[in-house]
Amino acid sequence: MRYLLMIYMNPTVFETLSEEEQAAVMDAHAEFQKPIRESGELVGFAALADPSNSKTVRVRDDVAAVTDGPYVEAKEFLAGFYVVDCETVERANELAAMIPDARFTAVEVRPVMNEAGLEM
Amino acid sequence: MRTDARLDGLLRRLAPEVLGALVRRYGHFEASEDAVQEALLAAAKQWPERGLPESPRGWLITVASRRLTDQLRSDAARRRREGATAALAPADAQIALAPDDREAAARDDTLTLLFMCCHPALSAASQIALTLRAVGGLTTAEIARAFLVPEATMAQRISRAKQRIRADGASFNLPPEPERAERLRVVLHVLYLIFNEGYTASSGPELQRSELTGEAIRLTRAVHRLLPGEGEVAALLALMLLTDARRPARTAPDGGLVPLAEQDRDLWNRDAIREGIALISAALPAGPIGPYQLQAAIAAVHDEAPTAEDTDWVQIVGLYDLLERVAPNPMVTLNHAVAVAMTSGPQAGLDLLRAVDADDRMVGHHRVDAVRAHLLEMAGDAEAARLSYRRAARRTTSLPEQRYLEARAARLAETS
Repeated sequence: MRYLLMIYMNPTVFETLSEEEQAAVMDAHAEFQKPIRESGELVGFAALADPSNSKTVRVRDDVAAVTDGPYVEAKEFLAGFYVVDCETVERANELAAMIPDARFTAVEVRPVMNEAGLEM
Repeated sequence: MRTDARLDGLLRRLAPEVLGALVRRYGHFEASEDAVQEALLAAAKQWPERGLPESPRGWLITVASRRLTDQLRSDAARRRREGATAALAPADAQIALAPDDREAAARDDTLTLLFMCCHPALSAASQIALTLRAVGGLTTAEIARAFLVPEATMAQRISRAKQRIRADGASFNLPPEPERAERLRVVLHVLYLIFNEGYTASSGPELQRSELTGEAIRLTRAVHRLLPGEGEVAALLALMLLTDARRPARTAPDGGLVPLAEQDRDLWNRDAIREGIALISAALPAGPIGPYQLQAAIAAVHDEAPTAEDTDWVQIVGLYDLLERVAPNPMVTLNHAVAVAMTSGPQAGLDLLRAVDADDRMVGHHRVDAVRAHLLEMAGDAEAARLSYRRAARRTTSLPEQRYLEARAARLAETS
């Protein structure tokens, strides 16, 4: 089963960290990736730019309107994600707990929908 | 295209024999497996251009042996450079190649490989990947495509599995007799998982996965040939054939799931059904009853009914009673509840569901809600059924199931 591990960021929390602590978070990502790449659980990942870079697109009456900024305004925002392929949700939770950001904000674990279906 | 499929078939059939011959001769399962994979890739490239060699098996063994000895020699050289004290002399080309391994040895090799790939120390995902590559002869790219992960991810999974087997010190021999039955159970479970991966795939982007059912049936057939007296092996093959026979009818042209009761039975594969019924009919009276025999027997009762109304539900309830005793499991109870509803009415089925509600393993599981919805609909409680369908639709992680459950809920909303 594949899971999306969504890393949430709160800049006000992150700013309270010292420079070393901030660097440690970045290093810890590299450390996190190594074993799950070797175990064949890592499917993909990306870090996302700050939402101040976002554009939000709406189509109304077939006309697209583009505005600056994110769709949902909140203190926390999605800062990046991992896609992992795990045997159990417990294992996915365990991996989420290893993501350094989980210590400051939170990591949300969501199953990825699949195309497999059983006849009912 | 046709030739490619035939060549693929030949290579996949030869893969475990060639690997068995190499491991028997040189040890080194890990390196041998890589060498065989390279030889298979070379054959897939060269044979269509230059024609089949006189002995395809001999060609593969020779090419794979050469790769392996090259690899072992360069490993040894590296170890010497790195100053390792006891660089073991590799078994190399000095060892004369036996003219041809006896067929019996090749047969045992395939079984031994299967037991090795389904080593209990490995995760299910690793067992599946390694089995498909080392015994099935599939390439890493093919396996990765079937499981929708990047090739690098699958390659890692396979190499990690091989390291794990080496670390465990597994030798290239059949597991000793006292362990054999339990190990065979794991092998059958892995084959069953491979089948299910393919069977549950609907059309569209995952079409390649349907090839997995074909592979699972091919490998199970091979195990059945090697162990004809094992009732559970015959039964698993029967279960796969009887289930796969319904495949043409189980999805609508738009990819939607068609429930068993609404399937067009003319689309079912009669040959597969005949073969499955013959297999299970021979296996049932032969020995101790196992879970695959009961599941295959249930599938056979469904497949034998000319229409859904003709289904012998009394017999199915009896088989589920036995299955709950032999292999109790909440999923079995769910199916049992549906069968009981058909013989004794929906309320009797809903009563059985209470046992599942109390099971921690099934809390929040969409299939409990889906079955409850179905039974409530049978009982005529449209509103409660609609709510259960919606809850099941929210909880499932399968897109086709979600579409099906939403459609059922919408249908009830219109009629009520």
